[in-house]
Amino acid sequence: MSSDVVICLFASNGYDRAAQGVAGAGRNLAAQLGGSMHAVIVGPPEEVTTSAVAAVADTVTVLDQPELADYQPELSLASLQQACGQLDPAAVLLGSDTASLELTARLAARLGGSPMSDGTALAVADGAIRVTRSAYGGKAEAVFELTKSPAVVCLRARGFEPAEPTGGEASVERTIVELPDLVPTRVVDRRVEETEGVPLEDAQLVVGGGRGIGGAEPFDDLRQLAEVMTAAVGASRSACDEGWVPPSAQIGQTGKKIAPELYLAIAISGAAQHVLGISDAKAVCAINNDPDAQIFRHSHFGIVEDYRKVVPPLIERLRDLTS
Amino acid sequence: MRILVCMKQILDPDLPARDFRVDASRNEAERAGANLVPNIFCENALETALQLRDATGGSVTALSFGTEEAEDVLRKALAMTVDEAALVIRSDGPAPDALTVAKVLATAARKLGDFDVVMVGRESGDWGVGQTGGLLAEELGLPMVALVDGAEPADGGLKLRRQTDYGFDAVEAQAPVLVTITNCEGNVPRIPKTRDVMKAHRKPLTTWSFDELGVAADEKVAEVVELSVPEKHVTCEFVEGDSLDEKVDAFARKIADVMSGLG
Repeated sequence: MSSDVVICLFASNGYDRAAQGVAGAGRNLAAQLGGSMHAVIVGPPEEVTTSAVAAVADTVTVLDQPELADYQPELSLASLQQACGQLDPAAVLLGSDTASLELTARLAARLGGSPMSDGTALAVADGAIRVTRSAYGGKAEAVFELTKSPAVVCLRARGFEPAEPTGGEASVERTIVELPDLVPTRVVDRRVEETEGVPLEDAQLVVGGGRGIGGAEPFDDLRQLAEVMTAAVGASRSACDEGWVPPSAQIGQTGKKIAPELYLAIAISGAAQHVLGISDAKAVCAINNDPDAQIFRHSHFGIVEDYRKVVPPLIERLRDLTS
Repeated sequence: MRILVCMKQILDPDLPARDFRVDASRNEAERAGANLVPNIFCENALETALQLRDATGGSVTALSFGTEEAEDVLRKALAMTVDEAALVIRSDGPAPDALTVAKVLATAARKLGDFDVVMVGRESGDWGVGQTGGLLAEELGLPMVALVDGAEPADGGLKLRRQTDYGFDAVEAQAPVLVTITNCEGNVPRIPKTRDVMKAHRKPLTTWSFDELGVAADEKVAEVVELSVPEKHVTCEFVEGDSLDEKVDAFARKIADVMSGLG
């Protein structure tokens, strides 16, 4: 049986923190299996990306046909199926970007393997891959044994340490894959929301707003606070469902998983599904007018008060302290 | 347009953490006194399907694979005006894995006829693994678009909006296709009218037993080998002060400390 690991990266993401985490997880798993780590890059990568990946992998396969430059589900799926099929690994690892989430189950089925998502730890037991992940909306932690091979796993990538360089430089091979001429689904337009500053998942400081914020306009006050803190702004699912902030700002089980030095939760009750998204935060603090709010059970420090009374003086005070 | 919506009944995810217990013998949550509810993303899918049907004509069929209690989910779907409902009943043993579920749903779907669109929730509020939709697509030989929050009819298929990490994609999909649905403002499930709830109980419900469908259950993709409740080690320090100003000052200082420690 194979003991190799394949990591799947999209060229358009570059060797970002998520890719570094997937590579780190891949190296560790390959070591546990006693095999090699192969990187597959979908789409034409920049030179700096290829070099960075070649420094941490044993081999690199680049699928750089121009049709693969922008994500198209059917084309990416066909190309990964071929590349992974040829490499015949014990495990295929991906990040938790939306493209990878979309492909995982179908890729696993086509390779005859087992899919899994949001893996926070990987282990090998009696030759089978085991994946740790959150369960029951963050109330529990489960270990799944994946019973078919290969294991095809989306990882909570930023929670894994970046791969260490191997000390060598992997061979880089460009492979042409067969792509279907006609596809039943096609991305015809991509809208990118303007975000200022660092993306939520990479931010060291994050301010989150919840249902208690009460509307779209008050989120402007949070943005002001975030600016003084040099923080990114996110939200609980409730605030997103109300339409006060875009879905891409959502933090939680079905949103972004963040890992900041500090997360400030404002008017957020602290339901398990939201807390699931902040479990990698080094420190958590909260402003909530309910002393029994769940969020305080996950916070290092807090203030029990109506956020409307706290945020304006907090902005002033922080301006003074950080000027 | 014939639309199939697959729905799952789960333990109420709003059960407070303090009431949550693990059944170690089954590696599942303890049922105890908890309610069973339709998975919210399945209801988002149902709402999306109903809106599509209301706009284009056609029909919506609701299908579930669960214990006898899952009938409640389908009666609610009928109250929300789905045209047809079917239930594959399993015994109250260990929960089936995603591949078994996909095979059962696919087998039942084929018995129910040809569908233009199959809609499922992006994941369930219990395990949250979110792979069943993709496995079902493969079992049915359908393409799949995930994380969809809007669907409109288009020539020969659908125009879909899907959420991405950075915003939205517009996707054109030819029928037949499977989509997984995520929550948004526009697909909050409708509240059934009282008279429709009453009528729903008298509507026909097709049922099959798991054994009747003849699905081989010997192939699994995953098995839960451990399930635990992680211990929390955080104690919240509530800032002190005689006035709001003092408290805000203390709070601000703690934040500023973290900020100054960063590169």
